[in-house]
Amino acid sequence: MDQDFINTLLLTGKLAGWTTAILFVVGFPISYLLAYKRFWFKPIIEALISMPLVLPPTVLGFYMLIAYSPQNAFGHWLAEHFNIRLAFSFEGVLIASIIFSLPFMIQPLQNGLTSIPKSFRETAYTLGKSEFTTFIRVLVPNMIPSIITAAAMTFAHCIGEFGVVIMVGGNMPGETRVASIAIYDEVQAMNYHTANQYSFVLFIVSLVILTLVYSINKRNPINL
Amino acid sequence: MKNKNIPDKSIFNSPLGGGSSSVPLQGLVVSIQKSMLSAEGKTNLEIDTVVSGNELLCLFGHSGAGKTTLLRMLAGLTKPDKGRIVFNNTVWFDSEKKINLPPQKRNVGYMFQDYALFPNMTVEKNISFAQKEKNTDEVDKLLELFDLNILRNQHPNKLSGGQKQRVALARALAAKPNVLLLDEPLSALDYDMRLALQHEIRKAHELLNTVTIMVSHDLQEVFHLASSVIMLKNGTVINSGKPADVFSEKNFSYRERCCSF
Repeated sequence: MDQDFINTLLLTGKLAGWTTAILFVVGFPISYLLAYKRFWFKPIIEALISMPLVLPPTVLGFYMLIAYSPQNAFGHWLAEHFNIRLAFSFEGVLIASIIFSLPFMIQPLQNGLTSIPKSFRETAYTLGKSEFTTFIRVLVPNMIPSIITAAAMTFAHCIGEFGVVIMVGGNMPGETRVASIAIYDEVQAMNYHTANQYSFVLFIVSLVILTLVYSINKRNPINL
Repeated sequence: MKNKNIPDKSIFNSPLGGGSSSVPLQGLVVSIQKSMLSAEGKTNLEIDTVVSGNELLCLFGHSGAGKTTLLRMLAGLTKPDKGRIVFNNTVWFDSEKKINLPPQKRNVGYMFQDYALFPNMTVEKNISFAQKEKNTDEVDKLLELFDLNILRNQHPNKLSGGQKQRVALARALAAKPNVLLLDEPLSALDYDMRLALQHEIRKAHELLNTVTIMVSHDLQEVFHLASSVIMLKNGTVINSGKPADVFSEKNFSYRERCCSF
């Protein structure tokens, strides 16, 4: 099989894998705050997190590109202090991908947390358990289907990401050229056979992930 | 004659939670106010009472009277607007001194109406989770005391309502609480089961030998279990005392006795 083809798919998996892993760590505390804490600017945070669901990816990509530019404050600070240039790099695409995939991780986790009866948390507190112990021992084990859904949806969404990647990363083989970009590129070159190969792989992977999510959720409904 | 139903208190050889058995029991002093929204509009819950050492107090009244809110305030789950809650000289809440101990530091056993058993844990794990220090012997004794031995490896979704209630009681006891708070513990059960499980509640209360406060709508339950009653109406105490006095014909009409609650 063509090495370029394999490298592109590996890069796609790497981007989706890192995005999912980082969002998994970041997503839990954010979801917890949104599910259980009350603060006046909560609707703004929820709206910002949900923006990628309604906003064209090119809009976010455009602003990320502007932010990464060394001519602007953030990009200049990165270049000056760390000698890092995020535009058209894997790391730059990864950060954009994390921001763009936030709702796919946060919303299922938040729904999972809010679906657990309040009396579970309160019982644990009256038994002397801290919020952290309650989270680890009571909440997480009772929202496994939501956790699987969050991780799978984030991964599946990342695999198909196009707009943000092309705006922030362009089309650099081995660095930012993921499968969705490659499909576009091959079609432009009228190389339909290779485009079909990429498309078929993405189609099958997405189908398998979504089937897995639905079957797990059907077999293990939260039995509260 | 020794009553075989009286539980073996040696299960808790160590002092009860917070070392309360080594301190002379003075009970719970409650003087609090809380505005709340009920079906009848905004009302003010005002409670001023003392619950002594090993009393089993029943809170009796219509829905929305403030019974559950009072339990939640005692547990630290809801903050009163003002007042004080003191247990055995430990201040749990004082609005003037801005003291409000979190539920974790009050050491109360709170049994919710839905029992709130953790579905991911077996019966045994639910009970051992409540312990401050792991002690398998105590878990075994509680399982035996509440006839749960055969169910120890079952998950809550496989249990009947009565079995869940027994597990919830055993779990509340495993934490050796200072005060046991029961929010309509028998309301989800049929009549026969309620009768049978009243015995379990008495057993739990006698085992802890401390303050138990229970919400109930059932007169028979109150007479069978309570040493004293507080009757609430729209957040105000309208009567309190021994069940026989509170529910005497003079204080409690035939219609209320039969139908109201």
